[in-house]
Amino acid sequence: MDDQALLSHLARDLDASFVALVRAHQDRVYSICLRLLGNTADAEEIAQDTFIRAYRALGTYSEDRIRALQMRGWLATIAIRRCRSAGARRRAPTVPLDIGHPALPTAPAAETPHLHVVGQESKRRWASLLAGLPDRYRTALVLRHVDDLSYAEIAEVLGKPEGTVKAQVHRGLALLRAAHEAAEREESIA
Amino acid sequence: MTEYPENLDPSLARVDAALRDLRTEAPASLVGLTLVAVGLEDLYAQLDTVIGPVWVAWNGRGVSAVTAAADADAFEAGFRTDNKRPIRRADEGIPERLATAIQRRLAGDRRVRVQVNLRGQTPFEKAVLRKALEIPRGEVRPYSWVAAEIGRPAAVRAVGTALGHNPVPLVIPCHRVVRSDGHIGQYSLGGPANKRTLIAAEGLAPDGLEEMARAGVRYIASDTTHVVCLPSCHQARRVTDRHRVPFGRLSDAVAAGFRPCRKCRPAAAVAA
Repeated sequence: MDDQALLSHLARDLDASFVALVRAHQDRVYSICLRLLGNTADAEEIAQDTFIRAYRALGTYSEDRIRALQMRGWLATIAIRRCRSAGARRRAPTVPLDIGHPALPTAPAAETPHLHVVGQESKRRWASLLAGLPDRYRTALVLRHVDDLSYAEIAEVLGKPEGTVKAQVHRGLALLRAAHEAAEREESIA
Repeated sequence: MTEYPENLDPSLARVDAALRDLRTEAPASLVGLTLVAVGLEDLYAQLDTVIGPVWVAWNGRGVSAVTAAADADAFEAGFRTDNKRPIRRADEGIPERLATAIQRRLAGDRRVRVQVNLRGQTPFEKAVLRKALEIPRGEVRPYSWVAAEIGRPAAVRAVGTALGHNPVPLVIPCHRVVRSDGHIGQYSLGGPANKRTLIAAEGLAPDGLEEMARAGVRYIASDTTHVVCLPSCHQARRVTDRHRVPFGRLSDAVAAGFRPCRKCRPAAAVAA
């Protein structure tokens, strides 16, 4: 079911089709929350909270208003707002202590390198580097590159001009690249 | 799918790929938790009470069902028929906070709030159930009292029906509503014997109440305070034997100079 079909189902019968909305968007809402909050427990709670807010809001909207929603951007807007107020309550995102100090290879050299573990390790490192970025760059990067929203959608979500969003995404990418290179250098020295 | 108007250089493309890789599947529990939170799905578990274990269902809007079904299957089937919503057993049992709130509520602590989910009830049924919530622990009121208090004095039978269909007995103490002639009356949660047990557990003697009613006593007045009450009102129960003045009709008490109690409002019990 695409978002347009989903919206017209929601407009007709919110209670019957809400579960389809959650199923269709849970991975992206969860990913946004996870990358903005930095830990899985908060991410699950805030992702849930995002859908609860969405449900309550949809209950007050007219059918026409529901049909006209830009679902992806709308949910991202709620998710970001919930993450920000959760973040304000809980301070900065948790940055794992092992930034720049990747686990020493534990597998005996004779064994075939475990690709999945390597992938997980690299993923964890990127996640902590992203978590270390200043808020505005992290948010822009998460929406553009993790969630795959267009610049126009992000501009709408963040209430900023498209040019500003593009600049933040670019700056964020450059910062992240620099941080990653620094981490790799440190690793090769160690 | 992704537009790259800005011609990402290869080292940035690597960052982009790494970020895409950070998309993460939501935990399997998210859908269920969300549906429960908005009240589109319920959880249930068993709760131990003075009348034995009962089944309790709840969702984010509050407690949605309390029954004395024989087993989990019977409870689920009954719930689905009544509510047309999915339900599943709570792996971790009833949440500590909810169990404590229900127990404290039953113990007469009116400061704790237990949210109840009364979707699907008519405005009349809701009014009846809300009124029943006001009856203090250890006291009972006649069906006619409830009818008069909600402004529908002639609807005594409908009040009985509404209380009989109380989706959340115990939480809404419909066991504190009895027949005007003093008989304890029917009870939906496993039958009238449970109603007697509950009333007794709250410190009232159901036999004594019935006996008094059979003897024609519907009101108790005090010749010191000159206040006339329903027999189970805590004001009436404080009156010592020496000062108790029983009445069968409120009008007789009023004619004798007694003022109806402002707490138990016996006038409402006459109306029917």
